[in-house]
Amino acid sequence: MAQGTVQNKDSFLNNIAEKLGRERRTTGVERPDYQKQPQWEVMADYSTDQLVEVLKKQCVEIHTDVKETSVEDLPKVLDEAIKEYGAEKASIWDDPRFSSFGLSSFAARPDVSVWGDAPEEKDIRISEQADVGITFADYTLAESGTVVLMNGGGKGQSVSLLPTYYIALIPLSTIVPRMSQVTRKIHEDAEAGERVPSCINFISGPSNSADIELNLVVGVHGPVRACYILIDDR
Amino acid sequence: MPMKIGDRSFDKRVEKGLSDTHMRETVRGAQGRLHTNKAKAEEELGNWEDWRTLSEEIRAHTLENLDYYLEQLSENVVKNGGHVYFAETPEEANAYVEEIAAKKEAKKIIKSKSMVTEEISMNEALEKQGCEVIESDLGEYILQIDDHDPPSHIVAPALHKNKEQIRETFERLKGYDKSADPSELTQFAREQLREEFLEADIGITGVNFAVAESGSISLVTNEGNARLATTIPKTQISVMGMERIVPTWEELDVMVNMLCRSAVGQKLTSYITGLTGPREEGDLDGPEEFHLVIVDNGRSNILGTAFQSALHCIRCAACINVCPVYRHVGGHSYGSIYPGPIGAVLSPLLEGYEDHKELPYASSLCAACTDACPVKIPLHEHLIEHRKIIAEEEKKTSLGETYAMKGFGIAASSPGLFNMATKTAPLMFSPFSKEGTINKGPGPLGGWTDVRSFPAPEKERFRDWFKNRKKEDS
Ligand code: SF4
Repeated sequence: MAQGTVQNKDSFLNNIAEKLGRERRTTGVERPDYQKQPQWEVMADYSTDQLVEVLKKQCVEIHTDVKETSVEDLPKVLDEAIKEYGAEKASIWDDPRFSSFGLSSFAARPDVSVWGDAPEEKDIRISEQADVGITFADYTLAESGTVVLMNGGGKGQSVSLLPTYYIALIPLSTIVPRMSQVTRKIHEDAEAGERVPSCINFISGPSNSADIELNLVVGVHGPVRACYILIDDR
Repeated sequence: MPMKIGDRSFDKRVEKGLSDTHMRETVRGAQGRLHTNKAKAEEELGNWEDWRTLSEEIRAHTLENLDYYLEQLSENVVKNGGHVYFAETPEEANAYVEEIAAKKEAKKIIKSKSMVTEEISMNEALEKQGCEVIESDLGEYILQIDDHDPPSHIVAPALHKNKEQIRETFERLKGYDKSADPSELTQFAREQLREEFLEADIGITGVNFAVAESGSISLVTNEGNARLATTIPKTQISVMGMERIVPTWEELDVMVNMLCRSAVGQKLTSYITGLTGPREEGDLDGPEEFHLVIVDNGRSNILGTAFQSALHCIRCAACINVCPVYRHVGGHSYGSIYPGPIGAVLSPLLEGYEDHKELPYASSLCAACTDACPVKIPLHEHLIEHRKIIAEEEKKTSLGETYAMKGFGIAASSPGLFNMATKTAPLMFSPFSKEGTINKGPGPLGGWTDVRSFPAPEKERFRDWFKNRKKEDS
């Protein structure tokens, strides 16, 4: 990737240093040892089963349907979920987990389009016209009922956004207590010099708005309904 | 729209606010609900005070080292292939964005909610250049089609409108023919806006927090419009106030948690999106070009002053949602896109006292705002500080007339306001207060603070008081 450009940096930052009444700082700033770090206490000693319970409860709050299945039954359960939404066309990630979780024949169906398979960037339109978008979760946050998607390449960000419905496939091995565990991992990768994926989404249920008299309306610009399929992969 | 909204005087705005029963009912209900939700979200965590302490520490450290973190941010954006523009003034920021729009021959620009672009009137600048600029946040969309009605709340900008008014607007301007049911209204907006997204040449967003260590920005939303604006258009421009930054993803976690809980009482909003643009090799969506515009517009003048902590603000609106004065007069009365306690602190700092000199008096100093603030900004103390400065200034400028500090303005006039607040106002602060009644001399601040001893406060409601005051004046 070619380097970008930056303009007016020095005058801008010199002014800040001056207003702060000191020399400009370009090195040597360490993050403080924060006195309180309550984020690490949240559900610190919970087992996976306990975290799953928390997640399921939270899904009620965020208007998200939940199904539970074994790896073996996943194709059947996924089919049910799609039928319940009355969906036909599906848009899915190009993700090896579809085959490792026994969904190869599902991915090969004619009414299922795999992200990146269309010629000349038609994917956005295809995804837009799909009834349901389906992705795996890379991480899952119990506290907030959130699936974390590390988008990029075959894992297009449109798939979880443009179709009318969204289904997240959640292997139980991806569950952590809260956002802190995931942001720490991203922080460690960034510190090691890795480029952070161009789009990371923390998705908690369907889109919604309370802009009209603070009445909650589920389904605005993103999916209008969402379903989490919890897969026991232990 | 610049920060300042409308040309009406403060008195006129308040009067209008008080006479708008629709608005007042809607605001009252909304405030109550938002406040209850936040209280629940605090309770769930159990140790809210520890979270506030941590958040304050993060914000203070970041602002103390702002030059360092902004430099790190810009270097990382550039390394990833994005472009950074540091803009001291609104003119510089707008000129840069206009230049991109011209280069891209952009016709349609889709925006997700951004207070800072309102602050610098970016829409107007782009429209002058012939671009069609479409607001996609539902609240902003409602305001935009209704002849650019100004926002009245920083989280729920159309809070002052009720659903019947919105239905009527949609019907009159967009040919809507369904009911005033919020679901139907929302569905209609979704359909209207979907095509716009698909056709837009440029997506413009604000920034909730930038992350210095990786050159990322984060967007905290519920509707999904910010995701659309950063997924489909080929060019993305994100505009941030220079203080909206955290050192690493670890601090992002904490700040996002506080923002979501304090703003809407959710653990996390539906979408927290971390963008490290532009798209990478092999990506088939997301912008090909990414620009980050970092705006000062008066913020640096706050650094190194007694008001520095005002820059810790994460724009959650919790202070607005507990403010008894806001509840009575509504957002438009403040005459600034930043209403409520934070607006009363910030507007004079960013735009000077001239246009906003009444705002520091639009408070009961009950400190409910300070208690609600997730990053512990001492809002009521800042308001006192403002009053001192205004009083000093007036001593200097009003030839021979001596004005000491003024009384407590509106809220102290009404026991109803006191009761709504969670604490008794610290009346002992005022040199003019005697056990709950306030006496003061003539006020130079419009008529606003010109309140003689407050008469039998428990019998008089704020609106009656305001009416009587007007009568006495005339
Ligand atoms: S001042 Fe505090 S409470 Fe008010 S909007 Fe800012 S962060 Fe929220």
